[in-house]
Amino acid sequence: MFKKILIANRGEIAVRIIRACREMGIATVAVYSDVDRAALHVRKSDEAYPIGPAPAAESYLRMDKILDVAKRSGAEAIHPGYGFLSENAKFAQACADAGVKFIGPTPHSMKMMGSKTSARQQMEKAGVPFVPGTSRGLASPEEGEEVAERIGYPVMLKAAAGGGGKGMRLVHTRSELRSALESAQSEALRSFGDSEVYIEKAIVNPRHIEMQILADEHGNTVWLGERECSIQRRHQKVLEEAPSPIVDPEMRRRMGEVAVKVAQAANYTNAGTVEFLVDQQKNFYFLEMNTRLQVEHPVTELTTGLDLVHLQIQIAAGEKLPFAQSDVAIRGHAIECRIYAEDPDNNYFPSPGKITVLLQPSGPGIRRDSGMYEGWNVPMDYDPLLAKLIGYASDRQQAIMRLERALYEYFVAGIKTNISLFLRILGDADFQAGKLDTGYLDRLLAKANPAVASLAPKPEINAPGIKTMETIAAIAAGMFAVLDPASSVGKNGGAGGTTSSGSATLVSNWKQKGRSEGLR
Amino acid sequence: MVYEIIVGGNAGDKAGGKPHRLELEKAAAGWECRLDGQPIHVDAVIPRRDVLSLLVDGHSYEIKREQTATDLHMWVGSARFAVELRDPRSLRSRQKAAGDEEGPRKILAPMPGRVVRLLVAENSDVEAGQGIVVVEAMKMQNEIKSPKKGVVKKISATPGAAVNPGDVLAIVE
Repeated sequence: MFKKILIANRGEIAVRIIRACREMGIATVAVYSDVDRAALHVRKSDEAYPIGPAPAAESYLRMDKILDVAKRSGAEAIHPGYGFLSENAKFAQACADAGVKFIGPTPHSMKMMGSKTSARQQMEKAGVPFVPGTSRGLASPEEGEEVAERIGYPVMLKAAAGGGGKGMRLVHTRSELRSALESAQSEALRSFGDSEVYIEKAIVNPRHIEMQILADEHGNTVWLGERECSIQRRHQKVLEEAPSPIVDPEMRRRMGEVAVKVAQAANYTNAGTVEFLVDQQKNFYFLEMNTRLQVEHPVTELTTGLDLVHLQIQIAAGEKLPFAQSDVAIRGHAIECRIYAEDPDNNYFPSPGKITVLLQPSGPGIRRDSGMYEGWNVPMDYDPLLAKLIGYASDRQQAIMRLERALYEYFVAGIKTNISLFLRILGDADFQAGKLDTGYLDRLLAKANPAVASLAPKPEINAPGIKTMETIAAIAAGMFAVLDPASSVGKNGGAGGTTSSGSATLVSNWKQKGRSEGLR
Repeated sequence: MVYEIIVGGNAGDKAGGKPHRLELEKAAAGWECRLDGQPIHVDAVIPRRDVLSLLVDGHSYEIKREQTATDLHMWVGSARFAVELRDPRSLRSRQKAAGDEEGPRKILAPMPGRVVRLLVAENSDVEAGQGIVVVEAMKMQNEIKSPKKGVVKKISATPGAAVNPGDVLAIVE
């Protein structure tokens, strides 16, 4: 077993990996950029070294600096987390060349899965079901029109090197195809340096369901159950759960077996995730393979009782999987909420800044994987994921109620978060009925925002005219002003961040006034 | 103590709120309070900064206070209320109350970020809701909009510059 591991990441996932290492008696090495000196992962690690300025391209993406720290600190392995260098085959190769074990698949498997067209070619050979379309880039618009005619509109154009919705176009009719192909190709070239675009049948309102697999370096591959990831916006997952409300044991076994076949076709090792699109008739199609630990891995850990990070480290150290497929049992239900630094009043725009107050939930069935703390300044340079709140219970209904309770206890001030969004989702009838697809969240957000107060105690104060929560808010504002006068008078309750009024001229805000005058 | 308090709706917007008059007086136990003349006895403690435990007629409420450069909110459970609090004896509060919608309005940065570009020039006419400046944070770009129809008197934001919450980006009159 390794004695020391370097974690080439930051935020909640770095903390998660450091915790696993400590549990296993492995020393940890953190790396950090200039703005992350006070970050939680640096505080929790055994050793920590700076790797450069705030922009990721100059720090967390610098392979040379990270490998240099590994060498200096004597780390025998590198865990890349997710994002950053986690799916970079060049980095995996550079680790191998430097004699440091990369905790993940081989560069060869990553390369094969990194390009969507090469992955489709491999899967075609392995007999894996995938969405009808081409497995190679389109040579001409005419070829595109011909294929689209054959598989039927609507079709989706996708960049082979794509991700995050870039280089993707939905095409409904033949007349749109030519210009959509041109713009997808130029966007793909700009975003990924590769203009290869292929075509596949568009699945209307699909579900996005993925299967976790684990493979050791001795030829054993197992599946660990699915995760329902249909709740997304801007092609980013927001809430995930395991198991999926629509997957029964038979469908789970079939998906699991296909996922294992996918992994074996790629000679895959370590933890990986096979993503499927599922249509309304519950047909599932291979979409892509993520060659890393996923953000949403905790829901699988809770429903299988396994620790995926421990297992990743054991596999990387050359150990055999300590269990067989027949030992894997899915038990209970887990739901994860991704707590982002985003402003719900401003179209979920990122909201970095200082966390002035943090009240965190705990109690039965609640797991919180967090990278934040009170007093921390959330930097503006990275992904806005702050923490993951996971509810676990014996069934889906109880998991929903637990999470609602925990979200009610969760409070973050100083920055905006999307906590209120989860109360909307969990309280929504379609969500509770398990009627989900990738368009679900946009439809929910298009509806008027109902008052989120379902869990608040109903005020029944025995005084005439005193009936409302507004009353309590008014009394509280006065009590704060009396008991903690450092505060409220003169502060202006505005309509959100986008507008402001003459409040800056108010006396209570000397600092702000000084600052604004300094700008003149 | 006497306060004038405007409480907005549950969605966190103070629009449409009516002013309430709140009188607070220390009693032997807790506080005697009169809200628009109605007497209510409350007990209040602050167990930690920005958290208030309020007992009203046996009912227990935990209220959280959230302050930013531009807003003051009270969270009662998971319901959020925008609140504006004035001390009627304060001259400045009275001036402010009178001049809220008139005169120059400063456009403040709502979050830390970097100015990407300007959408209007000084002295141009703008509509309420029209974008003035684009600020980027966490790889997302956000248009900061004019709170009113008027003329852009001054633009303090410079493309490429870092801004902090509360920094003045522009003034619209």
